[in-house]
Amino acid sequence: MSQADLTMEGHTTGLTLGPAFSIPTKKFAMWLFIIADTMTFAGCLVAYGFLRHGTADWPRPFHSITNVALMTFVLLTSSLTMLCGLRSAKAQDKAGAFRWILITAVLGIVFALLHIREWLGLIGEGMTLFKNPWGTPLFGASFFSITGLHLTHVTCGIIALLAVGVRYNGGRYNADDIEVLGLYWHFVDLVWMFVVPLVYLLNLTH
Amino acid sequence: MHDMSAPAVHHHAPPTSFIRKHVFSLDHKVIGKQYYDMALVAAIIGMILSWIMRIHLAWTNAAIPGLQLLSKTGAPGGVLTPEYYLQLMTMHGTIMVFFVLTTAPFAAFGNFFLPIQVGAEDMPFPHFNMMSFWVTFTGFIVLLASFFVSDGPTLGGWTQYAPLNAVGAIAGPGQGMGVILWMASIALFCVGQLLGSLNFIPTTLDLRTKGMSLMRLPLTTWAWFITSCMGLTAFAVLMPACILAILDHVAGTSFFVPSNLVISDQLQQHSGGSTLLWQHLFWFFGHPEVYIAIIPGIGIVSHILITNMRRPLLSHRVIIYSMGALAVLSYMVYGHHMFVSGMNPYSALAFSFPTLIITIPATIIVLIQIFSLYGSKLRINSASLFALGFISMFVSGGVSGFFLAQPSIDIMLHATYFVVGHFHMVMAVAAMFGIFAGTYFWAPKMFGRMMNETLGKIHFWLSFVGAYCIFMPFHYLGIVGNVRRYSVFVDDYLQPLLPVHKFITVAALLTGAAQAIFLYNLIHTRFWGKPASDNPWEGTSLEWSTTTPPPFDNWGGKLPVVYHDPYQYGVESSVGDYVMQASPEQVKTENDEQ
Repeated sequence: MSQADLTMEGHTTGLTLGPAFSIPTKKFAMWLFIIADTMTFAGCLVAYGFLRHGTADWPRPFHSITNVALMTFVLLTSSLTMLCGLRSAKAQDKAGAFRWILITAVLGIVFALLHIREWLGLIGEGMTLFKNPWGTPLFGASFFSITGLHLTHVTCGIIALLAVGVRYNGGRYNADDIEVLGLYWHFVDLVWMFVVPLVYLLNLTH
Repeated sequence: MHDMSAPAVHHHAPPTSFIRKHVFSLDHKVIGKQYYDMALVAAIIGMILSWIMRIHLAWTNAAIPGLQLLSKTGAPGGVLTPEYYLQLMTMHGTIMVFFVLTTAPFAAFGNFFLPIQVGAEDMPFPHFNMMSFWVTFTGFIVLLASFFVSDGPTLGGWTQYAPLNAVGAIAGPGQGMGVILWMASIALFCVGQLLGSLNFIPTTLDLRTKGMSLMRLPLTTWAWFITSCMGLTAFAVLMPACILAILDHVAGTSFFVPSNLVISDQLQQHSGGSTLLWQHLFWFFGHPEVYIAIIPGIGIVSHILITNMRRPLLSHRVIIYSMGALAVLSYMVYGHHMFVSGMNPYSALAFSFPTLIITIPATIIVLIQIFSLYGSKLRINSASLFALGFISMFVSGGVSGFFLAQPSIDIMLHATYFVVGHFHMVMAVAAMFGIFAGTYFWAPKMFGRMMNETLGKIHFWLSFVGAYCIFMPFHYLGIVGNVRRYSVFVDDYLQPLLPVHKFITVAALLTGAAQAIFLYNLIHTRFWGKPASDNPWEGTSLEWSTTTPPPFDNWGGKLPVVYHDPYQYGVESSVGDYVMQASPEQVKTENDEQ
């Protein structure tokens, strides 16, 4: 369906030099997107650090890491199930791969629900984008912006998991597409591993 | 001879309906032309805005007929208010930097010629490519829409410094809805360029035809490739910055609003943010951006000079490495825009050093071009003249960069016309000349017809002399202390400078009028010009191997095979003093690597 498919065979037919890094073009493009998205998250996290460093009354309102640990566990597990899905897809086990992808999507949804529950709890305590009971209004602004950006990525990922999963099950996509999607999912997971220490652990009460 | 007869498989069929063919086209060539035409419209708008500003600066009370129709409050009776002057200036800068200098040399020419020069049939993701244009176009429309909202476009300048960009309408006309539209427009633009880069990079690396090794890529391809690598990373930082600024407006956050800020005698409710943060985020994008505007020009000009000198540059590789060095270093120098921003003076030192270093690759490129010209029998035509003009502007404008790179001198020159003159010459006019050179050179391939050479040469000389007349005096004004962004010069020390401003305005009006020659030439060529042959300039790279204009799949079903380095001139072959990359002919060459 795309030139990517053509160039994957390019090696053998001699029509083109073939992909530069011995990976399909789609996968390469996903890596490029990840580079760009890394810059976006880096920009936000650096901005957060810049503001946090420059603000005297930066609050540390979080009392417990239970919820965030649970969320992290769910998201990490979803990366594992994504890997299982890819392994099944590569082994031509279509039903198995589809099942793993659905499990991954469900774990993503659980993560999103836990996250929203946490948001609602914080909002209930009086924290919004522009004020909070503990200190500088920037705390709420940067917390909701950064976790919101990440949650947007998770939401897109869930939609993509379902869309790609269904099409894979219908025979339109193959294991390569699962792998490309997996890259994105693992990336979202990896970003979370930066968000947790910077946004949660640094702001624990002590 | 192998594989020449192998059938190529095109991944999407030629469209038949008008809309799929000319509007929502997946064809990289059509998308390239769409970008070109959008840039052309943007350039005309931007130029008219600069005319209005220049007239107002020289003859403050002169009424400009019709201007009151654009804004009753901004230009009552056709005379600009100071605020509306700034609003037009902001739109001039934004339109020119984003929608002309970034789109024309990179997205327009790159889209059209990058796949052809690597020997591909199209980009790997044509749908992304189509989206890239239409998202950028939407951004352009959103930007223009700000002319027609209640109090007009934003007045914050193309840099949109905080806190004015974040406190809303209280900061002046256009600072409410105008800023929101500006931020939305630029965020869309970032998405569009990201989608473009996602296509350009895999096209260069993955879709090269057989025999097209990396060092056999023409310099233009290298320039677009390097530029797209920068576009991938730079725009991705500006986009969240724009979104944070929008949040400051609509969601009540205060990322860019500092504590205890009083505007128009009112203490701002939102507080705690940092104005410097915006500058960091903006210039981290902003400095790579100026190289995004100029590197394609370097590639285009080298390509054109080589073709017209009939010999390669002294070093192919060093030009490529230098462009790469420019790209990498451009991320390390952005703080030189912030010497007087109040950031730590030690950081100024840290940013000054790489700023001086970055002049080294730029100088190497220019020296290679100039020394390659030495003793060559350059074919003089509109394209090669504009290529020479590019070098001239790039050097003249670049020299003033040495001064500005030093914090101690920059403190005096900052925010004066010296800076305005510097970046207009080194980035704006130089890149513009690159666009003109590319247009005269590639019009035969893009439009299938030859541009008129006589008109082209007249256009060059008027533009060349005119640009110097406009921007050289800017430097003198700046040294005397003429600050930028003033709409009238009432201060005593500025009064004696008014004659200089009048001279500049007259030069600007004439130079601008000279662009009508180009516009006429371009439109006339596209419809009634002399039909072009496949290879009118006797070039060697792959765009000249295909027919004029190229077929839908670029190659008529047969992908080319590359046998030579890109610039094999000055050899004896069956066709003349050159051998094309796709020609299997074995000739004695001095520098064919394989």
